[in-house]
Amino acid sequence: MSAQTATIRGWGFLAPAVLWTLAFFIVPFVVMGAMSLATLDGRTLVWGLSLDNYRELAGQAYLARAIAVSLEITLTVTLVSVLLAYPLAWIIAYRVPPRWQRLVLLLAILPFWTSYVVRSYAWLLVLARDGVVNQTLMGLGLIAEPLTLANTRFATVTGFVHFFVMLLTLTIYANLVQLSPNYRKAAMDLGANAFQTFRHVILPLTLPGIMTGAFLTFVLCIGDYITPQILGGNTELTVPQVIMVQLGRRADFPLAAALAIVLMGIVTLAYLAMARWLRLDRL
Amino acid sequence: MTYRTFTRLAATTALAGLGGAAAAQEELNALVWCDHTDPALIEPFEEAHGVTVNLREYEGTGAALALLEQSRPGDWDVLVIDGIDVFRAIDAGILAALPEEELPTADFFPEVVMAENNSRDGVTYAVTEKFGYNTISYNANAVDPADMEDLTRVWSEAYDGRISIYDYYLPVMGLAAMAQGIDTAAIDAEALGPIGETLAEMRSRAASVAGVVAAQTALATGEVDIVVGGGEWLTAVLAEERPELTWTIPSQGAVRWTQSIGVLEGSENPDLALEFVKYIVSPEGQARLATSSCFWGMPANAAAGDVLTDEQKAVLRWDDQEDYLARTQLYPAPDTDLDIEMQDLWLNTLQQ
Repeated sequence: MSAQTATIRGWGFLAPAVLWTLAFFIVPFVVMGAMSLATLDGRTLVWGLSLDNYRELAGQAYLARAIAVSLEITLTVTLVSVLLAYPLAWIIAYRVPPRWQRLVLLLAILPFWTSYVVRSYAWLLVLARDGVVNQTLMGLGLIAEPLTLANTRFATVTGFVHFFVMLLTLTIYANLVQLSPNYRKAAMDLGANAFQTFRHVILPLTLPGIMTGAFLTFVLCIGDYITPQILGGNTELTVPQVIMVQLGRRADFPLAAALAIVLMGIVTLAYLAMARWLRLDRL
Repeated sequence: MTYRTFTRLAATTALAGLGGAAAAQEELNALVWCDHTDPALIEPFEEAHGVTVNLREYEGTGAALALLEQSRPGDWDVLVIDGIDVFRAIDAGILAALPEEELPTADFFPEVVMAENNSRDGVTYAVTEKFGYNTISYNANAVDPADMEDLTRVWSEAYDGRISIYDYYLPVMGLAAMAQGIDTAAIDAEALGPIGETLAEMRSRAASVAGVVAAQTALATGEVDIVVGGGEWLTAVLAEERPELTWTIPSQGAVRWTQSIGVLEGSENPDLALEFVKYIVSPEGQARLATSSCFWGMPANAAAGDVLTDEQKAVLRWDDQEDYLARTQLYPAPDTDLDIEMQDLWLNTLQQ
C-alpha cells in the first residue's frame, strides 16, 4: 500500500468522526457563540458583534449567585458520589464472587431504567414532610417534628447523588477489575498493610477511573435542569434554570446563549483545573 | 377474470385504499396547553371529522413563538396562547383572520371576550376559550380561612415556611401589586419598587417556588399549606378526593388569566382548523375543556353551563363568577422593556 493510499484510507476512517464532531459540536458551538453576540429588537433577531448580553449579565446579581449555587451543588455532588461509589465498586470488584458480579452490577444500575423525571418526583415524595424519611425518623423517636427536606439543596444533592453514584460505580469498577492482583500481592510481600496497599498502590492506579467518572459527573451535573427544578423548589437557581427563564416567555435566545457560553466557560475552567492539579493527562 | 383485469382491479383497489388512507390520515397540528391533550376533549372532534389532531404542548409564549419561527409555514394549524400575548402573535404576523360572525362570542362572559386583545384594526385573530384566577389556594384544615381573605396575612409570619409561590412572575407580581393597591394595568418601572418589597417578603416566607405539578404535589402532600398564585386550576381536579384543598379571592382581589385560540397563517387546513376552533368554543367543547384532566378552568362561553353538570359547576364556582370577574384584574401585560425589568426583579428576588 502506498503512503498516499494509506493517507486516504486514514482520512476515510477518520471522516465520520470528524463530520460528526463538526456537525454536532463545532457548528452548534459557533452558532451559539454568534447568537450570544446578537441582540433582540422586539421579536427580531439582530445579528452582530454586540457584547450587550454579556454586559447585561455582568450587572446582574442573580447570575453571580446562580454560578455560585451551580458550583457548590456540583462540587458537593461530585465529592459525595465518589465517596459512595468507590467502596461500592470495590465491594463488587473484590468481595462479590465473579459469577455474581454481573447481577450485582445490574442491580446497581437498575434505577437507570426508570425515567429521570419520574425518579426525581419519587424523591420529592420520599423527602416530603409526611414522606418515608420523616415518618421513619419520627417513628424511631429521633425527631419530634418533620424536617424540611424536599424543595431544598439537600433534596437536589440527594437526587443527583442517587444518579451519579451509579455512573461512578461503573467507571471505577471497570478500572478496578483491570488491575492485576499481582500489584496487591507485591505490595503485601514488601510489607505494606491493607491500608498502605490501598493508599499507595490501588488508589493511584484507579485514579484515572475516578477522574473520568468525576469529570462526567461534574459536566452532567452542572448542566442539568430537571433535578434542581423538581427537587430544589426554586429556592435558589442554578445557571441552567436561569437559562430556561430567559427562553420561557421572552425567547431571548441571545441572552440565553450568552449564559450558555458562561456555563461552558465554567466547565472549561474546571477541566483545566483538573488537568493541572489532578494529572488528567493520565486518562 | 383475465390477468389484465385482475391487475387493473388490484391497482384500482390499492389506489382506493391509498386514497382512503390519505383521507383517514388528514391531520391537524396544534400547539396547545396541556388541557387540550385530554382525549375526552379531542376524540369527539377527531371522530366527527375523521381526522387526527396532533397536539404539541408548550410552556411559555416565547417557546411557542420560537418554535413557530423555526417551522415552515403550514407545519402548524392551530395555536393556543396566553390571552395577554395575542398581540405578540399578531405582531409576528402568525395568526390568520377569523370570521367573527361564526364565533359565538355573544354567549361569552362579557369580561372575557377581550376584543381589544384578540383583534386589531377590526380584524379578529383569536378568541378567548378559557379563563380563571391566579389567587390563593390553601388547605382549609391547616390554615385559618379568614386569613386567606387578606393578602398581607397570607404571607405573614404566621405562615412562615408553609407557602409555595407559583413559578410565573407575571401573575405573582400582579398579586404583589394588588396587595400594594396598584392596579395590574398600572404597573410601570416606578411601581416595581413597592412590588419588589412585597415579593421579597413573600419569598422570605416561602418554602418553594413551584410550577403547576410541583405546587399541586406540595399542597397535596402537606409540604405547604398555601400556594400564592394558585386557583381553581390547581385544586379543582382534586376537589372530589381532597375537598379541604380549596381557593379564594382575597379582599384586595386577584389576577385573572385567560387563554385564547386562533388559526395560524399559512395553515394547510384552514377550514379544518377553523372547525376545530369553533368546536373548542362550542358549548360541548367548552364543557370538556373546562373539566380537562390536566387542569380545570372556567369556559369563556357561558352556554357551556347548559352542558356542565351541577357538580362540575359547583367545583368551578359557576354562581360566583359575576362577583369574581368584578373583583379581579387581568394579568399584567408589560411591553418588552418592562417585561425585562420584571423578569430581572423576579430572578433577583428568587436568588435572595
